[in-house]
Amino acid sequence: MTATRRANLVAAAVLSFSMAGAIATLYAIDHTRRAAVAQQALYVRSSTVLRRMSLGYTGLLADIYWTRAVQYFGEQHHNGSSDYRLLAPLLEVTTELDPRLVPAYQFGANFLAPKPPSGAGQPGAALALMKYGIEHNPGQWRLYYNLGFLYYTELKDYAKAADAFAQGAKLPATNAFMPILAARMAQHAGEFDTARMLWRTTYESTKDPLIRDNAVQHLLALQVDEDVTRLEQVVENYREQTGRLPASMGDLERAAFIHGTPADPQGRPYKLMPDGRIEVQDPESIFFITKGLPPGAAPPQPPYKPPPESK
Amino acid sequence: MNSRIGYIAFNTFREAVRDRVLYNLIAFALLLSGAAILVGEISIDIERLVVVNLGLTAVSLFGVVIAIFIGIGLVSKEIDKRTLYTVLSRPVRRWEFVVGKFFGLTGTLVVNTLLMAIGVLLALLYVAHKFEKMDAWVLVALYFIVLQFLIVCALALFFSSFSTPLMSAVFTFALFVIGSLAEDLRGFARITQGVGGWMATAVAYLVPNFSALNVISQVAHGDAVSGRLILYNSVYALLYSAMAISGAVLIFQRRNLK
Repeated sequence: MTATRRANLVAAAVLSFSMAGAIATLYAIDHTRRAAVAQQALYVRSSTVLRRMSLGYTGLLADIYWTRAVQYFGEQHHNGSSDYRLLAPLLEVTTELDPRLVPAYQFGANFLAPKPPSGAGQPGAALALMKYGIEHNPGQWRLYYNLGFLYYTELKDYAKAADAFAQGAKLPATNAFMPILAARMAQHAGEFDTARMLWRTTYESTKDPLIRDNAVQHLLALQVDEDVTRLEQVVENYREQTGRLPASMGDLERAAFIHGTPADPQGRPYKLMPDGRIEVQDPESIFFITKGLPPGAAPPQPPYKPPPESK
Repeated sequence: MNSRIGYIAFNTFREAVRDRVLYNLIAFALLLSGAAILVGEISIDIERLVVVNLGLTAVSLFGVVIAIFIGIGLVSKEIDKRTLYTVLSRPVRRWEFVVGKFFGLTGTLVVNTLLMAIGVLLALLYVAHKFEKMDAWVLVALYFIVLQFLIVCALALFFSSFSTPLMSAVFTFALFVIGSLAEDLRGFARITQGVGGWMATAVAYLVPNFSALNVISQVAHGDAVSGRLILYNSVYALLYSAMAISGAVLIFQRRNLK
């Protein structure tokens, strides 16, 4: 072996070893400093400073901060953490760098508002974000829709929800559902049809597969809640008419209160409990349901699902 | 353009290509294709925005770096290699040499930008599956970036006509940073009283205004750019470049090359 060849081999070996070692060390550093790295977001939370540091390339910086917010939320959600204290500052910086970044308001409010584990449990911050978004994008009906949705689902302020939908309905470019939602909110806020319309609008107004899947889950849950409410009313009617509770669904069918065996959206028949309550067969299989659960059971939440591998 | 300027410009372009300047296109292509594919996986609903923002920011920054690092060596390299004496011993005037170098460098950057623009448009097509009417504004942003290069090239050449390459790079980059914050500087001048206010206003109007040439965020959202801004920016870039090149010519004419 010539001296040159030997030197080449040694250099190649050192290169490979150093590269592998550097990657392994960096991996260890990342794991050691994960919390510290995340904390940096708090140090640079002034959008004015960031705007100057970006030399005017604020659009790209806003995209980076929005991606960080999505990653931060996903990671905390995945880890089952209820600590989302960086989420609101990240979203603030994002939207101050690019006030026209509509997805940051739409999805950001959805991250902030719901109670943990579904969200950060900060409806006030979500409300402030939406208002800032509407202030800078007054022609976007989606933001009024999201604001109304926020008032309806998280804050239960139906009057303000109706007002938000009504304002969105007045825009030249709006969704056909907006005036209907405004009207329904004013008179039938707590009804299943209203909630169904809201989730259907959510489904139809986004292309994001995760948001669509979430809307479908909520629509299925609404179906279950409505079925259980209706069936429990049927049981109550049966009791009033016969003076006793039905022993099975068959009793209700024979007395012509129902036709066929009622089943949940996944095709599993509902269970009639001895005390007259209606339960679903598998409470963990349908997320977000609030009715049809065993006594004391919390509404099942979907597990964290990472974004799909490809479109 | 007279033929001597044309020859110098062409040779400057050929030298830049021989120096593998266009290799930056590989990095650009990797960056953009990586972003176009990855961003859909790690973010939500901003695929198009990222392609436009990242693509145009990269076109701008890559170009500025090339403009600075080639521009500062245009004169000094010729002196170090003693090729300048060969050129000037022929019937070539000094001002023709400077202007030819300027056109050669801007030509290199225009070709580079055109190739990058094709990359941006292809990435846009990949994420959006079709072109929309608003994508036409991306071309206006690219045009403004080329105007930005004209100014940076002229400045690099101006500083390199009397200073060392290192100091020229520092001066040009400093002016690029200050010019990118020109609107803040003008805002500062507005709220400052007395002599400080006058000085701040003078500085704000003398440094190149790169912030008006940056419409990347605007076009990323599909917003229109007014015809008046296109006209004013074009005139401004031409005048500012002419000013810097004239300064470079004036200094270079008097420079003792012995």
